[in-house]
Amino acid sequence: MFGIEDFWSYALILPVALGVLLGALVLVWWERRLLGWWQDRLGPNRVGWFGSLQALADLIKLLTKDDWLPPFGDRVFFILAPVIVTAAMLLAFVVVPFTPVLVIVESNIALLWFLAMSAMAVYGVLLGGLSSNNKYALLGGLRAAAQMVTYEVFLALSILGVVMLSGSFSLIDIVENQRDGFWHFIPQAVGLVIFVIAGLAETHRLPFDLPEAEHELTAGFHTEYSGMKFGLIMAAEYVALILLCCLIVILFFGGWLGPSFLPPVVWFGVKVVIVINFFILLRAAIPRPRYDQLMSLGWKILLPLTLLNILATGAWVLATQG
Amino acid sequence: MALPQEAVQEPPGIVSDLITRFGESTRLQTTVDDYPTVWVERENIQDVLRFLKNDADTPYELLYDLSAIDERLRKHRENQPASDFTVFYHLISLSGDHDLRVKVPLQDDDLQLNSVESIYPVANWYEREAFDMFGVRFEDHPNLKRILTPPLWEGHPLRKEHPARATEMEPYRYTEEFQDAQQEALKFIPEEWGMSREAKHTDFMFLNLGPNHPSVHGVFRIALQLDGEVIVQAVPDIGYHHRGQEKMAERQSWHTYIPYTDRIDYLGGVMNNLPYVMNVERMAGITVPDRAQVIRVMLSECFRIASHLLFYGTFAQDVGQMSPVFYMFADRERLFSIIEAITGGRMHPSWFRIGGVTQDLPDGWYEMVTDFCDYMPKRLDHYEKMSLQNKILQRRTKGIGAYNTAEGLDWGITGPSLRATGSDWDLRKNRPYSSYDQFEFDIPTAVNGDSYDRCVVRVEEIRQSLRIIRQCAENMPSGPYKADHRSTTPPPKERTMEHIETLIHHFLNVSWGPVVPPCESETLVEATKGWMGFYSISDGGGMAYRSRVRTPSFPALQQIPFISNGFMVADLIAIIASIDFVMADVDR
Repeated sequence: MFGIEDFWSYALILPVALGVLLGALVLVWWERRLLGWWQDRLGPNRVGWFGSLQALADLIKLLTKDDWLPPFGDRVFFILAPVIVTAAMLLAFVVVPFTPVLVIVESNIALLWFLAMSAMAVYGVLLGGLSSNNKYALLGGLRAAAQMVTYEVFLALSILGVVMLSGSFSLIDIVENQRDGFWHFIPQAVGLVIFVIAGLAETHRLPFDLPEAEHELTAGFHTEYSGMKFGLIMAAEYVALILLCCLIVILFFGGWLGPSFLPPVVWFGVKVVIVINFFILLRAAIPRPRYDQLMSLGWKILLPLTLLNILATGAWVLATQG
Repeated sequence: MALPQEAVQEPPGIVSDLITRFGESTRLQTTVDDYPTVWVERENIQDVLRFLKNDADTPYELLYDLSAIDERLRKHRENQPASDFTVFYHLISLSGDHDLRVKVPLQDDDLQLNSVESIYPVANWYEREAFDMFGVRFEDHPNLKRILTPPLWEGHPLRKEHPARATEMEPYRYTEEFQDAQQEALKFIPEEWGMSREAKHTDFMFLNLGPNHPSVHGVFRIALQLDGEVIVQAVPDIGYHHRGQEKMAERQSWHTYIPYTDRIDYLGGVMNNLPYVMNVERMAGITVPDRAQVIRVMLSECFRIASHLLFYGTFAQDVGQMSPVFYMFADRERLFSIIEAITGGRMHPSWFRIGGVTQDLPDGWYEMVTDFCDYMPKRLDHYEKMSLQNKILQRRTKGIGAYNTAEGLDWGITGPSLRATGSDWDLRKNRPYSSYDQFEFDIPTAVNGDSYDRCVVRVEEIRQSLRIIRQCAENMPSGPYKADHRSTTPPPKERTMEHIETLIHHFLNVSWGPVVPPCESETLVEATKGWMGFYSISDGGGMAYRSRVRTPSFPALQQIPFISNGFMVADLIAIIASIDFVMADVDR
């Protein structure tokens, strides 16, 4: 049944995909500028206005680089891995509502789709690490598997509180639920903290970049990657960061809601940028815990905390609505 | 002669003790550094060292240095037993504050003696080095293989017949057979490294960390035997940065060797010049004027701060904290701008001279130095909040790679890494040199001897260095910056245009360099990373007959397996970061 709504969906695919990828490109530049500013140094400032074309120049370099395949690795999975990560991350954007209308697919299981896609991304990292047939990549892949599978659990559990409050898995419903009350970051502060930590671990950014851990594993799971395959992994990481920040804004900070002097999509954008900057700040400030410390943080502290959060939220929902 | 260094007190009776125990063949040699130097027969060496470590009145806890001398071309050997090669052991008793040098004569046709590795574990690598450089065989050594040169190297570089320059050698050819043979020799066979491939329920993984790895601070390789991410065995492998510093000392004049010393601990700058020039000054009998001494102290402390700042930043970086290293590099840059204003150079100013320093301080130095002393403490407070008080960093480094004072001494650890275990031994306090006795400063110590403490001690040392620098600035003596002595190089130039004698003298000292009377001497200083010493032998010429460079980083790397086995790869990185070594300082 191809209706006018479907046409809108299809029409949105390309702009969203391009927008997100362009966003990732800008983010690469922005992160480097911001880090440079915070770290008393210049950062990229030569190519274009304030170095803004630096990421583009990097992209051109990556695209034109020799496409090397390690002869000792598993070719099929080596090529497939970056495709899987990038595809999974981009697919997750299908359900992300930038505004009530600016969404490709309005689904009542949108949150589950997001979780499913971020779980898919684990395959990419894992396969990339294993198929490289490199010991550093292997260690990185193993770390990635353990870390991401573990934090997958908290990523899902931490948002259950929000789901309970909203009574829906639909992201649009979740945002609308925040219109007439507190934004969820107040009743669900615990959930937010855990979601941020789990999200960091999911996107394996510093301080939780253990699968890469430059100082320990050189480049971890993507040690053998170069050229545009490396570029895809990079892109996926930044897309994942944008995705995570979008989700945080939607789930906890009222999505596109805000005083009406600005259009909803601008509110959404502003909030996302603020959250992204917060993540960049985390990267600049915090050292990396050890692998087993990260695991025990997850299972010994975050797990009980999330379960308590769910229990308390459930009790609250029962008391007020039930 | 007023010695710039301490008067080392002769340990009462230790020499006569040795003579009564080990017979009449034990002989005493005098050296200008006043360390008692005894010659013993090679059959006795293990017993002598065992006695000195365990049964002497004041035990010699530290085997500070062990190497050899090729004596075959040496002319001045009065009162010494005949030998083609001499193996020497420099022992230090920290409890009694004195030194002892033990020498063993060896003949060319029978170049072997017993290993003392079982008595002093630190001897392991030093004996390998002596074997590598001189071909001296140490019996019962567990792993007597080349350590600094590649496995297929021909000859022993520090022997006198080994060429020192490419022009003394056949043209270099790199053939395919040569490459294949080299590659074959470098093939990693776990058993050769003392590793096993499997245990009862595990197959081990071997990971080659380095020589090119972001966290090994240079070209340093550690072969790891891993069970998952847990290190079963770590075996360090060095030699990738070997440049033959000791060989070069034998072909440069006393004066022209100074720039080479800068590059031994390349973060230490003029701190490396200090033991070298002080040693030559002692051998030549030069008394350095007060102003030069205080200038030297000031510059050395500047470099201590520069080196410690770099350590601090990379330490935080290696445990995954991204930003501190940039702040600390920026501060280091401020320091370098001062160093540049004073010396004209930055990392390697080669600024100390035999008998003083190159130039007097420039106009405006006082403001620059005091400004920095005002600026830095606030930054250090800031860094402390940012790094040292960070809970994640503490969890990553506390209790990791710990050792106590006795273990540290067994492995030849000196300097801040030893003071992190609670020992307060600092050469600047215990044996003040270059007017350090005139300054007020504290010796920071810690108790646990783990990675975290090694960082804490160094950070506190930065503050103490700032104190010293401020005192230097406030109390800079007036007077000449160079000694009025015939061996001062280059000699004062004011009068060269007046008499032909001074002109000739200037010409000779600059072109040939000073001549140092035949003697032996060693001088130690508290360098940035521990004790650094030059043991030079002059045969009455314009160059050193032998110059031994003993650096703190070398034994520190040897210790790595013993503080990292059983930890995880990430911990090893934290340990390496806390050691504060420089590969140039290791391989020389």
